[in-house]
Amino acid sequence: MTAYVIRRILIGLMILVLLSMAVFLLFDLLPADPAALTCGKNCTPEIIEINRVRLGLDLPLWQQYIEFVKGLFAGRTYGSGTAAFTCAAPCLGYSFRKGEEVTPLILEALPVTIYLAVGAFVVWITAGVLLGIFAALRRGRWQEKVTLGGALVGYSFPSFFIGLLLLFFVVIRWRLLPYPSYVPPTEDPVRFLQTMILPWITLALVFAAFYIRLTRNQMLETLSEDYIRTARSKGLPERTVIGKHGLRAGLTPIVTAAGLDLAGLLGGAIIVESVFSLPGLGRLAITSVLDSDLSIIVATVLVAGSFIVIANIVVDLLYAVIDPRVRLT
Amino acid sequence: MTTDVVTAAEPAAAPQVAGLSLRQLAWRRLKRDKAAMFAMWLLIFIFGTAILAPLITNLLGVNPYDFDLTVLDPSQGSLPAGAWGGISLEHPLGVEPLTGRDLLARLLFGARVSLLIAISAVAIIAIVGTTIGIVAGYKGGWIDTLIGRLTDLILAFPLILMLIALSPVLTQRLQAMGMSPEDSRVVYLIIVFAFFGWPYLARLIRGQVLSLREREFVEAAVASGAPTRRILFREVLPNLWAPIIVYVTISIPTIIASEAALSYLGVGIIEPTPSWGKMLADSVRYFAVVPTYLFIPGTALFIVVYAFNIFGDAVRDALDPRTGRNAR
Repeated sequence: MTAYVIRRILIGLMILVLLSMAVFLLFDLLPADPAALTCGKNCTPEIIEINRVRLGLDLPLWQQYIEFVKGLFAGRTYGSGTAAFTCAAPCLGYSFRKGEEVTPLILEALPVTIYLAVGAFVVWITAGVLLGIFAALRRGRWQEKVTLGGALVGYSFPSFFIGLLLLFFVVIRWRLLPYPSYVPPTEDPVRFLQTMILPWITLALVFAAFYIRLTRNQMLETLSEDYIRTARSKGLPERTVIGKHGLRAGLTPIVTAAGLDLAGLLGGAIIVESVFSLPGLGRLAITSVLDSDLSIIVATVLVAGSFIVIANIVVDLLYAVIDPRVRLT
Repeated sequence: MTTDVVTAAEPAAAPQVAGLSLRQLAWRRLKRDKAAMFAMWLLIFIFGTAILAPLITNLLGVNPYDFDLTVLDPSQGSLPAGAWGGISLEHPLGVEPLTGRDLLARLLFGARVSLLIAISAVAIIAIVGTTIGIVAGYKGGWIDTLIGRLTDLILAFPLILMLIALSPVLTQRLQAMGMSPEDSRVVYLIIVFAFFGWPYLARLIRGQVLSLREREFVEAAVASGAPTRRILFREVLPNLWAPIIVYVTISIPTIIASEAALSYLGVGIIEPTPSWGKMLADSVRYFAVVPTYLFIPGTALFIVVYAFNIFGDAVRDALDPRTGRNAR
């Protein structure tokens, strides 16, 4: 078990290193000169050259990468002499566009995305799994058809269209909620909830559909297993049979999908954040792309990639906890 | 290749009924599914209108690019004149605020762009994913390990974020090669969807090939001295068309929706090329006053994706009846 965990973590780290290298390589292909993007209209060749040296963009790519990794673990100093400034570890770079370090920008956006992702996650897992079990128990009857039909409709709605429809009807037509504008929950919890409820519903509608289908199929598969028949014939109440024996064995793929989906969202729910103007990681990423703010793009891709890698490891380890038949070697 | 598929699919066929090939059986099952048939005709209709878009718009005397300020109401900040977003006989779906371009024409030409991107990307995914999957599964050894690690790496990329982040890199490269800005966006979208799509199919195919290569007919081909290339593409490939078709039909709607999302975010299709996602993005500014501008492209997008999903589900059920209405 311990050996497995260590190996799994090492592979994860390796993928992260490769991911960061790939990102560096990809952005080096950009024909635009990153140093030229560091100053606005009154750019002169001299300023560009100074910035190039300050940011270390004059170094060969592999050295830039090493500098970046160093900055991540030990912090780094840009420039020298009086113009020097330090970026403390974990330093994800410096954005000349914004004139700010990247790490604080990410840390500022991260909670918004976490609230969004976790809130939606709770809604869609609960709804998806419950409705999936419901559909499985009503197999072949109209309730199943309606649930699955509804799931396919939800699955086919592009998230930004759902978001826009909710905004249009709930906020503009029916005026049930004020126009969303983000405030931290510590500041104004009511306003926070009023803002977050539509984004949560939007994401949940998109994701729940898949979990309804997945849960139903898993349940149907496990309910036909011998040990379920054994459990029933032992006279266990149906609730125990379904909840304890059926669901648990069928849970593995659901946990996998849930872990990866949640990780994907933590890297930035770009579309929903844009529709509802939430200042999360996704919005940070999209605005930096539109501004050609390379340092922030690289950082957001790495942060999002880390979430995915970590989720993969966690999911693999959870297998053993959920399904007693799984032996990790 | 198509002829091979019919003949060589037989050894793999599930229970044979009256000598029908797997493909005939699947088609029979598909034909019995009413929802699937409806979705299929709907898709044929959509493809038809997209292909014939220039003809249709010519007949109606509209086109997707011409500005027409006469249909706008300058006293209202150039909103479409008349109720319902300017719907009239000349403009059956109304006109765009600010420019007066015909919405029906933009919708039809937008469908062309969407479908072109989705079909091209899926074609590349099918070819690349299948080839790599077959080679990895059949050859095994270090090639398999290498391909496995490579797909792991690509799957670790945060997908939408990468699509967005790569857009300036790739489009500028393509423009440096002499492509116009709006064409470069189309090509960029095809490339990124293909690049991030093939690993999933490659994995799927690899798994299938692992079991196929132990089968007698492959053994027989090896024993009779057939060259590897022949074994892979004449013996193994024809048994893979079911998963390939299923993967392709469920990938198309995903790509259409992603393209619309990227265009919505402003990193996909750009002016003057029409795109449903961009129309939706533009509609946000007007939707308190011109809601039709939001509903028309949004509904079109939903219908196309929904029809593809129903059809894709049915195709999977038809090809693999054991699964029933199944998850992806």
